Amino acid sequence: MSANQVALWYLVASICFIFALKGLSHPTTARRGNALGIIGMAIAVVVTLAVVYSASKNVAMILIGIAVGGAIGAVIARRVQMTQMPELVAAFHSLVGMAAVLIAIAAVHNPTALGLANPIPAGNKLELFIGTFIGAITFSGSVIAFGKLSGRIRSAPVIFPGQQLLNLAIGVAMVGFGIWFFMADPREHYWLPYVVMTGLAFLLGFLLIIPIGGADMPVVISMLNSYSGWAAAGIGFSLNNPMLIISGSLVGSSGAILSYIMCKAMNRSFISVILGGFGAEGGTAVAGTEQKQVKSGSADDVAFMLSNADSVIIVPGYGLAVARAQHAVKEMANALREKGVNVRYAIHPVAGRMPGHMNVLLAEAEVPYDQVFEMEDINSDFGSTDVVLVLGANDVVNPLAEVKGSAIYGMPILEAHHARTVIVNKRSMAAGYAGLDNPLFYMDKTMMVFGDAKKVVEDIVKALA
Amino acid sequence: MTAPDPIVVNLIVFVLAIFVGYHVVWTVTPALHTPLMSVTNAISAIILVGAMLAAGPAVFDWGGWVGVLAVAMAAVNAFGGFLVTQRMLEMFKKKEPKTVAPEKKQAGS
Repeated sequence: MSANQVALWYLVASICFIFALKGLSHPTTARRGNALGIIGMAIAVVVTLAVVYSASKNVAMILIGIAVGGAIGAVIARRVQMTQMPELVAAFHSLVGMAAVLIAIAAVHNPTALGLANPIPAGNKLELFIGTFIGAITFSGSVIAFGKLSGRIRSAPVIFPGQQLLNLAIGVAMVGFGIWFFMADPREHYWLPYVVMTGLAFLLGFLLIIPIGGADMPVVISMLNSYSGWAAAGIGFSLNNPMLIISGSLVGSSGAILSYIMCKAMNRSFISVILGGFGAEGGTAVAGTEQKQVKSGSADDVAFMLSNADSVIIVPGYGLAVARAQHAVKEMANALREKGVNVRYAIHPVAGRMPGHMNVLLAEAEVPYDQVFEMEDINSDFGSTDVVLVLGANDVVNPLAEVKGSAIYGMPILEAHHARTVIVNKRSMAAGYAGLDNPLFYMDKTMMVFGDAKKVVEDIVKALA
Repeated sequence: MTAPDPIVVNLIVFVLAIFVGYHVVWTVTPALHTPLMSVTNAISAIILVGAMLAAGPAVFDWGGWVGVLAVAMAAVNAFGGFLVTQRMLEMFKKKEPKTVAPEKKQAGS
């Protein structure tokens, strides 16, 4: 196959990827989009296989690698629980990051195999440097994000004095070694600066993510999504491969947009999220407030209130995901609908641990998507709603967001406090991620139901029958 | 005038692709943001192309093994990413596809 033919096939594959993203504008077109994505990937792989075969005939190991990796990926994709999606995505990001680093190492070791001149021209070295450090940061950052999301390490922010300064110093040192690598010649002198630079990048990725706490994970995971794309694009630049550049840029801009949406939904700047530590210092403020009275009730009380309502809005949060209560919630909604109650769901953009987390859980429980509403579409309806049922959400319904001077002032919230009655299910009175007390819990019209979301909802279903 | 350097051509492709990505991704409905993340994840496994070049050198030494490892990692992503996206989208399918009016608005508009 000529280089021109290869490039044209890559163009076809790239267009498939663009349609894969485009399809996600609506649930009915999304599956066709995904199928096109698979076709695009297949084209890219087959064409590349042909290129390698005509150059060296050494394709056996490649096929074995694809078979082993593909089998592992297929098994994981089949077995993973929907509640585990955030950690799965984080784990996948780390693989892309590591693959980028490995490719760069192989390129430094044997430039000609990857179509580079030997010694490597300065421009390609610069690009290898960029691909390597983004890949390395993506890898170690994603490993930490994976650990936090899966509960293998504590999700609380880890902060220590001089943290930002240390990160800055490491970043500067990394760039310094990058410049050394850039200047180094001949090839025997590449390794020392390259290895040190890569090590520093791994360290930096680790240090960048440890200060970021659980509820900021939607931003982090979107950001790492973006990085994994830029890493692929960086490698594409160093290998002069338009396929990698185009796909990497698509992914990079997608992740960047998601990060932006998530930041906006928390009314926080991207920088403040990245610097981390949010909520860690707020814990003391809660302890300082005097004990206020809340009204608490049982599942039977809730069932009575729900069945007497005309309209109910359910606000799911991370607590629902933790308790895996989505199926029980669906059952409850069905029972209420049979009684003629209008049940809808309101989703805050940062509910859960990744963008769209709640939507997927509800879809898994076969909740029709026309009952599920985004924040801006349903917020004006809370005032005319009889009962709002908040399941394991806290900060996203905190009316303090409307109070000047509070830590979350200006964050768009679901205006649950405008409803006639509010029922809040939580495991305990512990403060939310922002470390703030929630005045919603102390309102006269609010009833608290303590306990695991799944258990509580199942009890409600029993009481409704 | 001679043809521009490959790096300039790459830069042009890069910038234009970002524009395409930016405009396409804003049309994605917020309800499908998780599948968006998993499908972009699968797409970023295109790094497989680079890994395959690294895994098939004329003389197969340790650099080849590094490439094979990269191939395997990227393949986990490619297969896992597309399949899990498929699985998620199947869940969105079972619903009656009637009058849905999913959000035209985006957080950024």
